[in-house]
Amino acid sequence: MLIALISTVVFFAVIWWIVVHSSGWPEVKQAFFNGKQFRESLPGIAKAFLVNVRLFLIAEVFILILALFIAVLRSLPGPVFFPIRALAIVYTDLFRGIPTILVIYTLGFGAPALQLQGVPTSPFFWAVVSLVLVYSAYVAEVYRAGIESVHPSQVAAARSLGLSRWQSMRFVILPQAIRRVIPPLLNDFIGLQKDTALVASIGVVEAFRQAQIDSAATFNFTPFLATALLFVAFTIPLARFTDWLILRDRRRRQTGAAL
Amino acid sequence: MGEALRLENVHKSFGKIEVLKGIDLAVRQHEVVCLIGASGSGKSTMLRCINLLEPIDQGRVMIEGQEITASGVDVNRVRRRIGIVFQAFNLFPHMTVIRNITLAPTQAQKVSSAEAERRGVELLSRFGLADKASDYPDRLSGGQQQRVAIVRALAMEPDIMLLDEVTSALDPELVAEVLNVIRELAASGMTMVIATHEMGFARDIGNRICFLDEGVILEEGPPDKILSEPEQPRTRQFLQSIIEAGRM
Repeated sequence: MLIALISTVVFFAVIWWIVVHSSGWPEVKQAFFNGKQFRESLPGIAKAFLVNVRLFLIAEVFILILALFIAVLRSLPGPVFFPIRALAIVYTDLFRGIPTILVIYTLGFGAPALQLQGVPTSPFFWAVVSLVLVYSAYVAEVYRAGIESVHPSQVAAARSLGLSRWQSMRFVILPQAIRRVIPPLLNDFIGLQKDTALVASIGVVEAFRQAQIDSAATFNFTPFLATALLFVAFTIPLARFTDWLILRDRRRRQTGAAL
Repeated sequence: MGEALRLENVHKSFGKIEVLKGIDLAVRQHEVVCLIGASGSGKSTMLRCINLLEPIDQGRVMIEGQEITASGVDVNRVRRRIGIVFQAFNLFPHMTVIRNITLAPTQAQKVSSAEAERRGVELLSRFGLADKASDYPDRLSGGQQQRVAIVRALAMEPDIMLLDEVTSALDPELVAEVLNVIRELAASGMTMVIATHEMGFARDIGNRICFLDEGVILEEGPPDKILSEPEQPRTRQFLQSIIEAGRM
């Protein structure tokens, strides 16, 4: 414990010393760690950050539903369902393969340009759609791993009682599968929250975009530091919550095994 | 007495391995038939085929004269009439005991949950498990879990019960409580097909014993005859190995 503490302190002291004694430090300090700039930009960025939170919350709901749907489709057995399975596979391959920013760009600029009747043209709407499409592909894979982790004997037991395929899925497989994948799901939530910054590219004024605006006006980079701090302040509690869930799950299983 | 179950020339392969090579068997109502034989002789597969958990490749299976392996048969409806209990219990770990029992009646039979619960509690009391209703399965001993699994199958009020080596995964001291439950079922007139390694139990409870070897019923008859004076050399050999293992 003591050794860990000393070694940590020494390690960071050395790095600190190297950084503040570098030749460019005064300029960097002025450009990135300007207290006045920080205080002036923070309220505006914090307000814009609410857009990120909103993007995250709205997208997440749709992702959880769409991804579950895709995962269930992909686990349909037998040759009859091959086309549906193939479609689900193509979807996940495609949207996991394309960089998120490309999807946002293409949909954010392309879809409104179609001028379809009744289809919203707001960048916010298409930002949500893009994030949902991309992240559903990841989350579907997480769900699928959970579904496949449930032992086939559980399905046999459910079907042997006369439950249909769908009833077995709903009452026996999914509740067990979802419980097992909550930690990796939360991990993807954290990734999603960070990626909400990408929608700045299609003109949604969220925290990162606001920081760009502030920085362009003052020729100072401190607003980016403020933005980074806001993101970290949001994702760290989520990360600790995930750790806690994993730990609780492990403890529960250990006590279960000991009984 | 009517015929409860009939298998005619049932064949089943997994890939290139033929596990069942033409099984013929007729079970009367209220009859208890015990299947014995080495691991891999096809006992479990036979039970899974009767329950339609495995589609058969050839032949047919009939319940009370009605073919259940015909195309267009509603498998869910058929399975409600045939209860099966597995070696590894296969209880649903995320549900309490009572919920394990009421799930299928409420969802597959559309019994009201109050009625299903009443019946479930009644069955649990009958088998000495009334105080376990709201426990989760992993809180129970193996013997209790297996008794719950039997109750879960009984809750569907099946015409036939299939038991697949239901005591093989249990500690020796827990075997008796499960066997007693099965004895009670037999006494109440339940038609049963039981795959087992418990020869003494098979002798007690079976009206008939079938010896399976390499996917066929090699020999069948009353328990005393099969266990004491088997005709086939393979049956004698199998029983000899059981005696040597101290299990008879």
